[in-house]
Amino acid sequence: MTLLAPTGSGQAPPAPPAARSGRHRLLPYLLLLPGAAWLLIFFGVPLVQLAAASLYDPSGSLSTGYALTWAFGNYPDVVQAYWPQFLRSFGYAGLALVLALLLGYPLAYAIAQKAGRWKNLLLVCVVAPMFTSFLVRTLAWKTILSDNGALVGLLRDVHLLAPDGRLLATPFAVVLGLTYNFLPFLVLPLYASLERLDYRLLEAATDLYASPVQAFRRVTLPLSMPGLVAGTLLFFIPASGDYINAELLGTPNEYMIGNVIDSAFLVRLDYPQGAALSFLLMAAILAVVFGYLRRAGTEEVL
Amino acid sequence: MARETPAGDLRLANLTKRFGIFTAVDDLSLTIGQGSFFALLGASGCGKTTTLRMIAGLEEPTSGQVLLGDRDIARLRPYKRPVNTVFQSYALFPHLTIFENVAFGLRRRGIRAVDDEVARMLSLVQLDGYGNRRPAQLSGGQQQRVALARALINRPQVLLLDEPLGALDLKLRRQMQIELKRIQTEVGITFVHVTHDQEEAMTMADTVAVMNAGRIEQLGAPADLYEFPATAFVANFLGQSNLLAGEAVGASGGDVAVTAHGARFSVPAGRSRTDHGPVHLGVRPEKLILVGSADQVPAGHQHVTGVVSDASYVGVSTQYLLRTDWGSELSVFAANSGTPARVAVGGTAVAYWDPRHAFLLPRDAADTDRTSPVLDEPVGASS
Repeated sequence: MTLLAPTGSGQAPPAPPAARSGRHRLLPYLLLLPGAAWLLIFFGVPLVQLAAASLYDPSGSLSTGYALTWAFGNYPDVVQAYWPQFLRSFGYAGLALVLALLLGYPLAYAIAQKAGRWKNLLLVCVVAPMFTSFLVRTLAWKTILSDNGALVGLLRDVHLLAPDGRLLATPFAVVLGLTYNFLPFLVLPLYASLERLDYRLLEAATDLYASPVQAFRRVTLPLSMPGLVAGTLLFFIPASGDYINAELLGTPNEYMIGNVIDSAFLVRLDYPQGAALSFLLMAAILAVVFGYLRRAGTEEVL
Repeated sequence: MARETPAGDLRLANLTKRFGIFTAVDDLSLTIGQGSFFALLGASGCGKTTTLRMIAGLEEPTSGQVLLGDRDIARLRPYKRPVNTVFQSYALFPHLTIFENVAFGLRRRGIRAVDDEVARMLSLVQLDGYGNRRPAQLSGGQQQRVALARALINRPQVLLLDEPLGALDLKLRRQMQIELKRIQTEVGITFVHVTHDQEEAMTMADTVAVMNAGRIEQLGAPADLYEFPATAFVANFLGQSNLLAGEAVGASGGDVAVTAHGARFSVPAGRSRTDHGPVHLGVRPEKLILVGSADQVPAGHQHVTGVVSDASYVGVSTQYLLRTDWGSELSVFAANSGTPARVAVGGTAVAYWDPRHAFLLPRDAADTDRTSPVLDEPVGASS
């Protein structure tokens, strides 16, 4: 007799994993299927289509039709024509990111660590502007910054602005718009990581001779890195491709690459150029993101 | 009159902390000698952790002083105090390796060459070779030792331990108690240890202070506290006591006479905290001996009679409950040394003791017999 704890009589022992039916092994793939199909139809196919369009013969037009002539020359052509807009896109988005970090990090920290019972209300306040349309919010900034508005009047009165100085239609307005519009995308992931930060770790750091600045640098900042990286990407990627802010708050002098793509597809009807620019933008963003992730070294994000 | 204080003694002077209307620490004054192992013992919420946090600088006192030698550090920021803490939660930095966790304090003070010192510390806590791991890869006991090394490496004048063994299982806890004591002897730093575990406090500390409701009830060597408690709280928090409510009727010939529940008892004057008025006559359960009838009580001993209402066999001893004529239940621990026969539940029995093992405490007039231990956490509804 071997000693065995009595199991329920008649109960079959659990089958070893290898003996499981094929359906169980297929289950993960079945669950993936709807999403994969969605991506294939609405992302994969258009992407291939766009790639093809970027290689169309540039001498074609919408009325005469395009021929796929593998015209790789489209790429150098658009770089030559629009590199200033490319640089401006990343410049504005980068500047807006710096501003958003200066505003957003303290905000996220305060909500996560100091707000107490006001936490949820403050979070709603961060998200609430998203309930109105992106366009409406940007148009509202147009009103706030307008030449006849109270803000410009006040700044002129205190001589922070020349008597004929303006805010609207300047790079400042565009960067401000980008900062404002994408700020929640930075704040929310940051909040999520700062909320998990254990204040006792900060107590331990101060107990171990770290001044408040050192405690921030050595404990708070590294522990909020996943949120910081995610938030930075969620901010930077849409901001560098944005064209609404430059369109509404700027002039053609402030146009970003998004405006050029917009006009290539919808105004000039130059599909090969539009497609080539789109691909270049995508490649540039991917390069920036991978470079950044490599430096930030947070494998948890991807 | 100013007392001469050797440099390095930790003195708390009239230390008070209020949170709103709640007084967590109430006018606390005590001196902890340099190099001693001091334990603050008390139930949850008695103010022991708040006291510790005020020494560490994580809580600002409402009033009073924290003196280290002759320097008042009560208002210094925590990172400016020569004091380090081993936290209850360990609070190891999850993003740093064990090596960097231990080196943290040295680096913050601008010390570059840390390798040797960290290696020495890791070997002191028997974690050689663990330097490259992350805290999450270590067991609870190992994390606790990292927390200890991280604090000790700074050679603080005072090391504060906030229930550092609370999260460990019993066996590991005993092991760590011995190890902590060994390390303290080795490094000779003043240890202030906060715990609610009376056994832990007694095993490790030279001096134990029992705290209750923000005040110190009694302070002394573990054996003194146990053998001659000063208050009913201490008598039942530190181990267990049978406290019989009675009246002291004055001292005569080196003994204090007591009447309790219609019988007369006596306690040596040296073991009496008072000699008149309402008192608690206390005897520890292991000092009571259970016999079948009153004629088996040796001369010079005192006894009470009752009915054995419960007996639990716990291996090293048998723990009896003796229900007295007036309804109180006394605890009797009979060591399982094989000599006396076991007493049957339901039978009449006599518990006797040597008067030299009893003690006499002042009692609130309204207070009755107290024979059950003070529980750290309230369990169910109290009767």
